[in-house]
Amino acid sequence: MPDPSFIFAQSVSGLTAAMFLFLIASGLSLIFGVLRVLNFAHGTFYMLGAYTAFQLAQWIGNGTGRFWLAALGAAAAVAILGGLVERFLFRHLYGAEELYQLLFTYALVLVLSDAAKMIWGTQQKSVSAPPELAGKALSLFGAIIPYYNLFIILLGPTIALTFWLTLQRTRVGRFIRAAALDRETLGALGVNVDALYTWVFVLASFLGGLGGALISPMRATTPGMDTEIIVEAFVVVVIGGLGSFWGTFFGALIYGQVLSFGILFFPRFSIFAVFALMAAVLMVRPWGLLGRPLK
Amino acid sequence: MLAVRGVRKSFDGFVAVSDASVTVAKGQIAAIIGPNGAGKTTLFNLITGHLQPEAGVVELEGRDITGLPPHDVCRLGMGRSFQRTNIFPKLTVFQNVQAAFLSHRGRGRDLWSRVDGLYRDETDALLASLGLLERAGEVSGFLSHGGQKQLELGIALASEPSLLLLDEPTAGMSVTETRETIRLVERIARERGLTLLFTEHDMEVVFSIAQKITVLHQGRVIAEGAPAEVRADPEVRRVYLGER
Amino acid sequence: MTRRPPWEALLLAAALAVPALGSRFYTFLANDVLIWALFATSLNLLVGYTGLVSFGHAAYFGIGAYTTGILMKKLGVPFLLAFPAAGVLAGAAALLFGFFCVRLTRIYFAMLTLAFAQIVWAICFKWNEVTGGEQGMPEIPYPSLDWMGRLPLLGELRTSDHFYLVSVVLVAACLGLLRRVVGSPFGRMLTTIRENAERAEFIGVNVRRYELAAFVLAGAFAGLAGGLFGIFNRGVFPDFAYWTKSSEVLIMTLLGGMGVFYGPALGALVLILLNQQIVSYTEYWPFVLGTILIVLLFVFPGGLAGAASTAVRRLRRAT
Repeated sequence: MPDPSFIFAQSVSGLTAAMFLFLIASGLSLIFGVLRVLNFAHGTFYMLGAYTAFQLAQWIGNGTGRFWLAALGAAAAVAILGGLVERFLFRHLYGAEELYQLLFTYALVLVLSDAAKMIWGTQQKSVSAPPELAGKALSLFGAIIPYYNLFIILLGPTIALTFWLTLQRTRVGRFIRAAALDRETLGALGVNVDALYTWVFVLASFLGGLGGALISPMRATTPGMDTEIIVEAFVVVVIGGLGSFWGTFFGALIYGQVLSFGILFFPRFSIFAVFALMAAVLMVRPWGLLGRPLK
Repeated sequence: MLAVRGVRKSFDGFVAVSDASVTVAKGQIAAIIGPNGAGKTTLFNLITGHLQPEAGVVELEGRDITGLPPHDVCRLGMGRSFQRTNIFPKLTVFQNVQAAFLSHRGRGRDLWSRVDGLYRDETDALLASLGLLERAGEVSGFLSHGGQKQLELGIALASEPSLLLLDEPTAGMSVTETRETIRLVERIARERGLTLLFTEHDMEVVFSIAQKITVLHQGRVIAEGAPAEVRADPEVRRVYLGER
Repeated sequence: MTRRPPWEALLLAAALAVPALGSRFYTFLANDVLIWALFATSLNLLVGYTGLVSFGHAAYFGIGAYTTGILMKKLGVPFLLAFPAAGVLAGAAALLFGFFCVRLTRIYFAMLTLAFAQIVWAICFKWNEVTGGEQGMPEIPYPSLDWMGRLPLLGELRTSDHFYLVSVVLVAACLGLLRRVVGSPFGRMLTTIRENAERAEFIGVNVRRYELAAFVLAGAFAGLAGGLFGIFNRGVFPDFAYWTKSSEVLIMTLLGGMGVFYGPALGALVLILLNQQIVSYTEYWPFVLGTILIVLLFVFPGGLAGAASTAVRRLRRAT
């Protein structure tokens, strides 16, 4: 029986992974909820966020506050890219068959990830953690939690709450929820649904890019991280329920813990476990934890 | 022929149909009417197996078909047309009807024969009786609305049903088209000895051919009987005409 | 009534003649194209004809490859048995997975096919004892084709050429079978499901059962393609089942045209040749592929075959 502080440490690491995933998966979930498309390129936006953060960090250095600037800058850059893609390309596919939309997002993966290779090459890049948080750690129940991890763990629910309040309380939020339910009626009521869709895409891309930027001190920035993360994001979104916001949050939490303990107890089967979980959910309760039951 | 007793269906707490009962005798032409949202299509869907009733029984020719899936209900002799025209848009007119014959005659499991010439005579005959023979080679998605509705009727008839359910067969049609369609439907019902149950908004249509009318309002049956009775029923008048 | 030129026979003859060109490279390319053509056509049975978008078709390709590979390399089973076994096992897997998948629709269906494919990949990746794990199984033996050396005309050819000819015959037979299925009443029922599943139900079609049948057939033929590929590739590796392989074959199917039977095969040809060409100039093939795909989606959603048949129709009307 492993000792409790070890279990706690594993749990915390699972929590950290979960909050990262939530950041990324929430964007995916948002796009699916409103635009009804599973955006394969979301993982690539995440990757671009990481690379851009690296680049910005190279340019502006590592002084106090510079990391946050680089991260936000990267997220903003990715958001703009997302907006442009939606406005000039994706928008024209809305009437087309789902398959075409999905393949378009996949084409984006091909184009953007290779573009990243062209610009940054194939060697691993790394970004140092912000000096304000680097090197310090919290000792809790015998586990050592680096401050940066703590930041991420707290950031997750903060963003979740902000997001949720925005969706529930603001006018824009209500429009987004309405667009998810009935696009045509909303348009008939005079709301510029096209612009709304673009902003949703921008917001989702911002979240994805931010996730990539923030994870760069912890994981190596390398080609292939996009295809890795997108499948994980899919799993989270399926467990939580496609299109459900809190579902994504809890899905990420569950996934984080499963991954964390799975690797520990069944190292050989951890990658298997993840997909088995996804398949199990789809077989037994396809709408996940909190999604809307299918017809 | 058809006996529906006490069926009930609700969606997320909203009761669409409650305690509805309808009976249609063999060879009869019956109609279900009611204001919008009365639950007519839901009731149809419950009869055809597209929805499962929470309570109640549906019997076809004495046989309990409650909750059977649509493809089984179809095989037991029920045909149906849908409110929104339901055809196979990229297939030709001929292929649309032929498909129904293929399925009905059990050829669906044939993986080897060439499909093109099968059931040509039956399909042509049916198309001719509907006046669609000249259009047989056209892609059905390009047909006019009226043509598509006629085609849909053809598809339903190809399954050689004994009971035919028509969901708003004249929706979206001009006056002339409506009259033609109704005449067609009546003739075919007579020729094939079909039992007919349809829903309609057009009261002229209903009162011209229906022998029995069931009135639905907010999911409940509020009147049932011969046209003259229903016309005179005070509850019906209140619901439709706002009379006190 | 004019007779169609015998395209199929001509193509078959052309395919058989490739080794006569004497180039190992051409034979290699042609073999690659043939196998992917079968793989893509099998997928099209699901996507183009039944309207089911699968993102995990590579699972069956992988299962087929591993089946033949394991049987031939580890158990010394002759190709004559190992090849059909690939189809049978892949079909069986498709039956198991498909049973659950067809209960879902659209995006959920796609996600579950993806999940199952990744499970297959994970098993291949980790089950070191049986599948060789991450390293895969290199050096799959060629089937014993010495007898071919004794046939007239074929004496001077290499083993790889002999295997190529075997591929031609097998792929042609499989495509022929698929063509037959697609043109049969069963195939027509699948098309009705694609066109309007609700309507299909109400002409008596048990939609789920037909979808499952299509899924199994598609999986079985993909398995056969995989069985050939493992030998052709001289090795079987886990990435055969990875989801990006599923998207490659999906792209081929789209590129060639889902609405035409030989569309996917055309897509395979074009994509593989294009890949060859581009890769000699630049390492950024995915970028090129992605751009082509985007252009395709906006300009030629019917794929090359679709565009070609539209052009032919327009020409016919004009003349």
